[in-house]
Order: sequence, then structure tokens, then C-alpha cells
Amino acid sequence: MATQRAGGPRIRDGVRAALPLAPSPILFGLSYGVLADATGFGSAAAVVMSATTFAGASQFAAVSVLDAGGTVAAAILAAIFLNARYMAISVTVASIFPGGKLRRLVESQAIVDESWALSGRRGSFEWPILVGSGLVFYGLWVGSTAAGTLIGGVLGDPNALGLDAAFAALFLALAVPYLRERRSREAAALAAVITLVLLPFAPAGVPIIAASAACLLGLRR
Amino acid sequence: MSGVWIVVAVVGIATVAFKAAGPVVIGRRELPPRIKSLVELLAPVMLIALVVTQTFGGDQQIEVDARVVGVGAAVVAIALRAHIIVAMAIAALVTALVRLAV
Repeated sequence: MATQRAGGPRIRDGVRAALPLAPSPILFGLSYGVLADATGFGSAAAVVMSATTFAGASQFAAVSVLDAGGTVAAAILAAIFLNARYMAISVTVASIFPGGKLRRLVESQAIVDESWALSGRRGSFEWPILVGSGLVFYGLWVGSTAAGTLIGGVLGDPNALGLDAAFAALFLALAVPYLRERRSREAAALAAVITLVLLPFAPAGVPIIAASAACLLGLRR
Repeated sequence: MSGVWIVVAVVGIATVAFKAAGPVVIGRRELPPRIKSLVELLAPVMLIALVVTQTFGGDQQIEVDARVVGVGAAVVAIALRAHIIVAMAIAALVTALVRLAV
């Protein structure tokens, strides 16, 4: 096998490692394109966002906050808060990136949850796996977003279709892996309470941003 | 520039910076532990806040409507380890059916 050769894995091993996981980013990207288009976020904005942000949950969050009537600031904050964890993730792989700052800046964009997980599955993080699989996920993500926006226009009124509930199901499914940890469960429960209490009073988008204060539970020893 | 494009630009720049933080800026140093635990709790916190808003959010009120049934169906699907897309489709379908029925 190529991975056994001296010099360790190559980029193409990363590409190969990503292929079995291909259906997920394809379906996820399609649904992002559909929802973005159906809710009026816009096809071009959805595709550009997939190409520049390349972090699914935050992109869905931005679309859903705007769709729910939230302000631009609320959409930005919700998405940025969701992606702040990439700071912690990128630190775990900081030492595997070769080359100068510009090259590291470009290649670090291959970091997404899936490429990060694949690159560490043999005990230590491997740069070719991260970059190779990240490239595959990137292409699939941007391409399927574009394809999804083409389908989205065909659908009718998004709320008659129950797409608002689809957003809720999406965010819940994404939250489940975090909830195995007690600290995350407590913080999430507090966030749910803050959101529910504020929903009747605060303008759309504000309860979500206020709920981010629940992460202050992380300051406890 | 419309609001949507401001969102795309600002979130894009911030996310590029987050991903580059380790490899370009922080290098081999560790994040301070308190910052790390704050940052790691942000994702579940925001996700659950979004779930609550998408399920109960109304025009400055709590609304209990067809969405609750749809999201409930998705909870069952997720508990049964359905794929995330399947859970989304079930939520949308059940919600749409309840809306048709009432």
C-alpha cells in the first residue's frame, strides 16, 4: 500500500481516505443550496459562502437567522460563534503544516471537522491526509451547494414545506456528539433556557446571541 | 452591499482567520485552558439555541405549532441513529403534513 512507503502518506492517500465519506458533504451541500435559495439568501451568496467559509453548520446558521427575521449582526455573530472552535482545532494540528506563513494560511483552510478527524485517525495528525481529504470535501461542498441552489428554485414556499423544522433537526443532529460531555450538556441546557426566556421579548436573533453567554460555564474549574 | 453579502464577507474572513490561527499565528503553543474551554462550549451552546429558536421562535413570542411535531419526529429519528439528512427530511415532511392537516 502507498501508505506503507517510506516518507509516509501522500496527498493522494488523503484523497482516497475522503472518498468513502463523500455522500455526506454532497447531501449536506445540496440541502444547504436548497435551503439558501428557498429562503431568499440567494444562490450566488450561498456558493460564495461555501467557497470562502467552508464550514457547514455556521453557513446554515447564518441562513436560518436571516430567514427567521434576525439582523445581519445576529447572523454574523451566530456563525462566528459556531466557528470559533476552529481556533482550538487548528491549534491541535498547527505543527504539521510545512512551509512559510502564506502557504500555511492557504493550506490551513483544508481544516474541517471531517478532514481533521481523518488526519488524526492513525494516532498522530498527518498533513497529507488533512490536505488531501480537505481538498475533496471542499470540491464536493462547493459543487453540491451550486447544484442545490438550482433545485431550490423549483420548490415553493419554504415554510409550507417545513424547512424551518428541517433547520431545527439539522442543528440538533449536529449538537448530539457534543452532548456526550457533561459540561457541554450543562451549557447547552442553560443556552436553551436563556433562548426560551428571551424569545417573547427580544427581537429575532437576539436570544441566540444572548445564549452564547452560557459558554461562560467553561470558566468554572 | 446588501446584508446577505456583508454576512458572507465577515463570516468568511473570520473563519479563514480561525482556521489559520493555529498553523500561522499560535504555532506550537497551547491555547490558554480557560479560553479553550470557552471556545469548545460555544458550538453546542449555539447549536441548541438555534434548535430552540427554529422550533419555538415566533414574532417576539413562543409559538407551539406544527414545527414541534416535525422536530419531535426528528428527535426520534436521531435517537434511532438516522443520517442527518434523513432526520432533516423527516422534520420537513412531518411539519408540512401537519400544516396541511390543520
